[in-house]
Amino acid sequence: MLAVSLALGLVRLSRGPDVMDRLAAAQLVGTVGVAILLILAEVTGDASLRLVALLFALLGAVTVATFLRVTLVETGTASK
Amino acid sequence: MNSIPDVLGALLVFAGTAFAVLGTVGLLRFPDPMSRLHALTKADGTGLGLCVAGLSLIARDVSAAMLMILLWLGVMLSGATAAHLVARRLLARQESAGGN
Repeated sequence: MLAVSLALGLVRLSRGPDVMDRLAAAQLVGTVGVAILLILAEVTGDASLRLVALLFALLGAVTVATFLRVTLVETGTASK
Repeated sequence: MNSIPDVLGALLVFAGTAFAVLGTVGLLRFPDPMSRLHALTKADGTGLGLCVAGLSLIARDVSAAMLMILLWLGVMLSGATAAHLVARRLLARQESAGGN
């Protein structure tokens, strides 16, 4: 079920009409990936997968912030 | 095996995955970027929150549950911040595209 969500998110990611849609979809894919990793940690009993999920979550936050910063600089409206 | 926490946890995880799928459908089908953003943030927070709650019930391990709750709080924080940033960019672009 989460895999379905992941696949649909990737569809939006690949043909989103706008940069912002792609960014939002990327964030969703990241969160769904985190959920999958947590469930996998429970099923396989491998506790270190939880740490991987934590790392994914942290990287997702950094990604969005960096991406927005870059687009701000590119469009020249950085003084907002 | 079929104790009450296990069943309850499985139900919560199922509800969380359902939320994630519905949110993704909303992300695909809503007409404009703002409402897509809305669908996304709700699916993010609630879906992952339900999954974490269910898995914490199943795990019966305090440190694992705490780690997952910490992760969820982090995702909530970053998700809210990211949604605000994206929405502000969208608004700024609408203003600059609106003539003046």
